[in-house]
Amino acid sequence: MRTLRLGWSRIGYELRTYFRQGDSVFFTFLFPILMLSVFAVAFSTSPNIGAAPDGSGGITWAAFYVPGMVAAGMLLSGVQNLGVDIAQEKGDGTLKRLGGTPLPVFSYFCGKIGMVLASSVMQVALLLLVARFAFKVAMPSDPGKWFTFAWVFLFGVITSCVLGIALSALPRTGKSATAVVIPIVLLLQFISGVYLNFAQLPGWLQNVASIFPLKWMAQGMRAVFLPGSFEAVEPSGHWDLGLVALVMGVWLVVGLLLCRFTFRWIRKDG
Amino acid sequence: MTPGAPPVQVRELAKSYGGANAVGGISFEIHEGETFALLGPNGAGKSTTIEILEGYRDRSSGEVSVLGKDPQHGGLDWKSQLGIVLQSSGESGNVTVLEQLKHFAGYYPNPRNVGEVIEAVGLASQARTRIGRLSGGQRRRVDVALGIIGRPRLLFLDEPTTGFDPQARHQFWGLVNGLKDEGTTILLTTHYLDEAATLADRAGVIVGGRLVDIGPIDQIGGPGAKVPIVRWRQDGVVRSERTSAPSVLAARLYAEAGREVEGLEITRPSLEDIYLDLVGAHAGAAEDAA
Repeated sequence: MRTLRLGWSRIGYELRTYFRQGDSVFFTFLFPILMLSVFAVAFSTSPNIGAAPDGSGGITWAAFYVPGMVAAGMLLSGVQNLGVDIAQEKGDGTLKRLGGTPLPVFSYFCGKIGMVLASSVMQVALLLLVARFAFKVAMPSDPGKWFTFAWVFLFGVITSCVLGIALSALPRTGKSATAVVIPIVLLLQFISGVYLNFAQLPGWLQNVASIFPLKWMAQGMRAVFLPGSFEAVEPSGHWDLGLVALVMGVWLVVGLLLCRFTFRWIRKDG
Repeated sequence: MTPGAPPVQVRELAKSYGGANAVGGISFEIHEGETFALLGPNGAGKSTTIEILEGYRDRSSGEVSVLGKDPQHGGLDWKSQLGIVLQSSGESGNVTVLEQLKHFAGYYPNPRNVGEVIEAVGLASQARTRIGRLSGGQRRRVDVALGIIGRPRLLFLDEPTTGFDPQARHQFWGLVNGLKDEGTTILLTTHYLDEAATLADRAGVIVGGRLVDIGPIDQIGGPGAKVPIVRWRQDGVVRSERTSAPSVLAARLYAEAGREVEGLEITRPSLEDIYLDLVGAHAGAAEDAA
């Protein structure tokens, strides 16, 4: 009970400090929205993607990029945000101070994950509003699609958070945190179908990307936001939502185990 | 914890990093309600010792009991009885003093009143200021406030007044005296010997990882250390003599000179003088042995 009460109190505290931090709000919170805008504007005069030979049908590039940007937001809020944030808190003494108080580790994690969940819900809502009203992207009308959206989103964000917490053990110092974490998430975004059309990547690269969870988050979101005609372009010819759940589930368990065995309030030097 | 057992018991505590001894077998106790100062030069092993007691570091050997528990297996209930003011801090600039203290108060079963604590550390007019906008000395007071918000039985103060101006330091001493009156047991490290002399009941001096002296604060350095020094000038040369009867010496000098003695002064060594002698003697001995 006490653990949950403190977890709740941590969520409020974390959200407050997060949104007062101008740079992280800009680069992590608004990043997917900025990227969507860049792609939508850059390709605004290009012909529709997936159009018939006579130029009819298909979807705009803005619509094509929505699922990738939703997935990127999920990954950035969890892995990048927490990976860097916790490593920096370790570096600047925040964790050392918390480790000297009776705050349970689990409450601390609740605060981080709750903060990411709350901010990424706001982020995706804003992203979809911008897509819908600034770039005229049609939203799914089928409630089943929104159900898929809800579970892929929640599952994906929580998995990202756990992986971010696990990844925070890697940087040796708070200062090196961004240098360690950002290349990893950037590379994943390029090979997982966020910026580049996944169907056009070479087969071996698709296989490599399939080991990591971002590819599956993006695929789950394509199932939600792209028309059924795009399903045939997937490497397997299907959205494979069962596999999406399975791979994210495996990564969630791996992440939890890593957190359990690697998280320390401070780096003990022997 | 068995009733009457000292809150802190340390026996033959040793800590080595990769073969080098940071702490080489020290023993001491801190009694209930006592303020104990751990003194010593930088790198002598003070912080390592205090961090072992706080549960941050594991020891290499020896026995340690803090509030009846081994700090390596402290647990949350144990932590709720401790107050820790770390040597350095540099974080949570985005919350106000009031927000930070309210939040931390929630961690403890029986916290102090947030407003009273803010008042006590002298930050009442900065309560709604973000911590990042405070001066270094004011931020240090936030650290102290966070250390005492949980009404600790045992308070660790690791160089708490670094960066304070003299007025803030005196205000802080008043705060600590209030905590002492409430029965809080305190372990203090400081480089300000006047601070140790004012606040501590007993002190231990660590040099090179070893405890070279321990005792009531006015007996540090042994009985000879406080013997007054008489200085005067004779034929243009400064002379000095240590004697436990300085007025007798002064009277004799006056009688011999037949007039006011030139440059006469009688001083008692301060804790700082005694400390510097102790550290100098033992640091020299350690180098000879090496």
